[in-house]
Amino acid sequence: MITLNINQKDYQVDADPDMPLLWAIRDLVGLTGTKFGCGVAQCGACVVHLNGEAVRSCVTKVSRAAGQKIVTIEGLSQNNDHPLQIAWNEANVPQCGYCHSGQIMSAAVLLRENPNPTDEDIDMAMSGNICRCGTYLRIRKAIHLAAEMQRKESSSR
Amino acid sequence: MAIEQISRRSFIKTTGTAGLALWLGLSAEGSTRKTTNIATAKNFSPFILVEDNGNITIYNIKPEMGQGTFQSVPAVIAEEFEVSLDRVTIKNTSGEPEFGHGQRAGGSSSIRTGYNDYRKIGAAARMVFIAAAANRWQVSPDNCYADNGKVFNKANNQSFTYGELVEDAAKIDPPKEPKLKDPKDFKIVGKMSHRPDIPLKTCGKAQFGIDVQVPGMVYASVQRCPVIGGTLKSFDASETLKMPGVLKVVKAERIVGNYRYTGVAVIANSWWAAQQARKKLKIDWNYEGYDNFNSEDYEEHLRKLADEEGIIDKNIGDVTKVNVSPQNTVEAFYETPMVAHSPMEPMNAVAHVQGDKLEIWTSTQVPSSVTGNSPNELPKLMGFAPENVKMHNMFVGGGFGRRLYLDYMTEAVNIAKQYDKPVKLIWSREDTTQCGPFRPMTFSKLGGGFSDDGKLVTFTHKVISPSLSESARPNFDKTKVDGSMVEGIGEQDYQIPNIKTSYVRADYHVPLAAWRSVTSSTLAFAHECFIDELAHKAGKDPLDFRMSLLASDSDTMRIFKKLREVSNWDQPLGERRGRGVGQWKFFAGQCAQVVEVTHKPDGTIKVDRVYAVIDLGVAVNPDNVANHTEGAVVMALTAATKPAITMGEGKVMQHNFYDNTMVRINEVPQVEVHILTGEGKIKGVGEPGLPPFAPALANAIFAATGKRIRKMPFELKV
Repeated sequence: MITLNINQKDYQVDADPDMPLLWAIRDLVGLTGTKFGCGVAQCGACVVHLNGEAVRSCVTKVSRAAGQKIVTIEGLSQNNDHPLQIAWNEANVPQCGYCHSGQIMSAAVLLRENPNPTDEDIDMAMSGNICRCGTYLRIRKAIHLAAEMQRKESSSR
Repeated sequence: MAIEQISRRSFIKTTGTAGLALWLGLSAEGSTRKTTNIATAKNFSPFILVEDNGNITIYNIKPEMGQGTFQSVPAVIAEEFEVSLDRVTIKNTSGEPEFGHGQRAGGSSSIRTGYNDYRKIGAAARMVFIAAAANRWQVSPDNCYADNGKVFNKANNQSFTYGELVEDAAKIDPPKEPKLKDPKDFKIVGKMSHRPDIPLKTCGKAQFGIDVQVPGMVYASVQRCPVIGGTLKSFDASETLKMPGVLKVVKAERIVGNYRYTGVAVIANSWWAAQQARKKLKIDWNYEGYDNFNSEDYEEHLRKLADEEGIIDKNIGDVTKVNVSPQNTVEAFYETPMVAHSPMEPMNAVAHVQGDKLEIWTSTQVPSSVTGNSPNELPKLMGFAPENVKMHNMFVGGGFGRRLYLDYMTEAVNIAKQYDKPVKLIWSREDTTQCGPFRPMTFSKLGGGFSDDGKLVTFTHKVISPSLSESARPNFDKTKVDGSMVEGIGEQDYQIPNIKTSYVRADYHVPLAAWRSVTSSTLAFAHECFIDELAHKAGKDPLDFRMSLLASDSDTMRIFKKLREVSNWDQPLGERRGRGVGQWKFFAGQCAQVVEVTHKPDGTIKVDRVYAVIDLGVAVNPDNVANHTEGAVVMALTAATKPAITMGEGKVMQHNFYDNTMVRINEVPQVEVHILTGEGKIKGVGEPGLPPFAPALANAIFAATGKRIRKMPFELKV
């Protein structure tokens, strides 16, 4: 048995230590917000936070994640109200929506590390995430919007 | 009034109806209908459910794959029904016979073909409830009006909610020709922005087919013949069966269009286990000679076929009877490749077979075909009575035409027939990239001739390609032109006195599919680049030349006038910059674009900006239209400049996103979308943004560099 701490809750999973974290999260724990896109760290649909860092759960062995702090899209905020989630809604970013769990999880790390990203910073941080519907312009816009919200929030504190 | 007990299908159960429920919708012939007992209604497609507890549900019959039907279809109904969308429960339908055969999304048709019906249903429902209230008040319906889910009495401002009126409304027949609202009074249509499915997609709650979890479910992964067209001789699963978690190994047939393939499925207690164990299979395939096939040879074959006369598609005037001197003619040959749809959600389905019953959970563009009764729909293909098939359609993680096909479901059902638990089949990304069906390549031979006084008098476009219809549809007649392979080329608004379009069909063995904007995605490239070549020959500005071929009242002229203005076409660009124009008119709709590029000193081409004008008649959610047109540009940029699907030794050479690459965020141009509404007929949104982009880009590169591009994909480097 392996203990996974996901969104501040412990789960005991009976997984082969080599099983990618993605499949443990989806099939064993049952949290399906994290998506399978490519299985080879090319598309970013499966991005989760491991101790605060964005990792591709499709190539992260479950043994590496054992006992670490894992956050999935379901745990990013309590009420779908992380600045990025609000901004994603505000800018009508998703179309099919499949890739956006990963997009938002990648963007969340960017925004924490760089509260005021330029277009180039965003391109650099987000070019690991594919959106086949092509919503990139809106992803960029929403990240700027979220950054602005975050700045306002911190200055009003 | 008796209380109806309705329990035939789960969607009805989940409405929690305890009291009286009134369903309103359309008959198969399109007349408005109502019923209080949906279980016994025949040939009746309900869209609205009003319950006496005040709950209102609007059913969306068009699968939500990103195009926004989860909002747009209910919005049009709600507009006429005078109910605000945020107090309506929206439900996607799942192929239930009660919801009719229109449960499919393709061809940019959800609003284009459904708009008037949705209005009619909403308006009929509004009039029924107004009449019910008028009866209670003993006043004329003219003295009542509906607003925000209530009917008001104009005289005293008394009101009833729709819920309070259900019992009375149930006694009133819906009007046959309901009075539609004046569009200037619209409160929702054209004014909306935020889509109700988006919050579900930012927190992981939206359930796609791949997310379905059914108690007792097991998982499957299939090894298919890597050589397309190969057949299964035999297999040895002994090593596979020793792998942890493996439950069973079975043969699995997959039906895609007119092709049937057999692979080997590994069933295991997790998908990852199935996937690992699949690698241990020892399979003996018979390649049937297809292992000699490669793309280069086939392309050469298509080039040779271009000399054949072909079958006439459209003949206007007579191109053979016009005397054009050789120095006044232009000829060119254009080539486009096969591509894959590559939706982000890999193909998948959960199937549970119990005796003669099938339950299936998946994401598809065609729920009606999962439960329909035609020979090529899932129940009959798989040997089930349609009434014994129950499906659950989920949010679709990208369709683009790929999920018009039932093949992944046929495979899942065949596996499930051999196992006594629900089976979740997931295709890996490699499977999704390599197994097809693919968009067919098209090659185009074009010719144009000018009169001595410089008028374009002849135009020919011959398409050489394998046939989509031959691959995908039963009983295709090879002696006739495949209309889907000459899509749009005879329909442009350009007025040329002598036009001939024709088609040469090439044999092929690879399964083919409609891909977002179908064959317009390749033919527009050839056609609109060649128009540019003609403009160059005529020594005219490419947009002036096009406009000189158009009637002043044509849709294309109206679109070009707007495009000329918004793109600042007449303002010169700076050094090393260029702009190009492209347009396309086809069944799905119409869009024109100007692309601006910069030719950098290192030779690379930067795609700077795109101006798009899309002609719609009506835009239900304008911001969503903009989003889709931006996305169409990105998808078209990928198709124009990223590696195609090619074959060597019979196998697809691309595997995953590292070699089947997609445009990423750092490569996108700015896109400015302008929507024309109010004039002309209602046109589609999903596809029309694609076809004009590739020719506009290639024409811009010509303007910036002088290099003419006649083959897709092309490098952004000159």
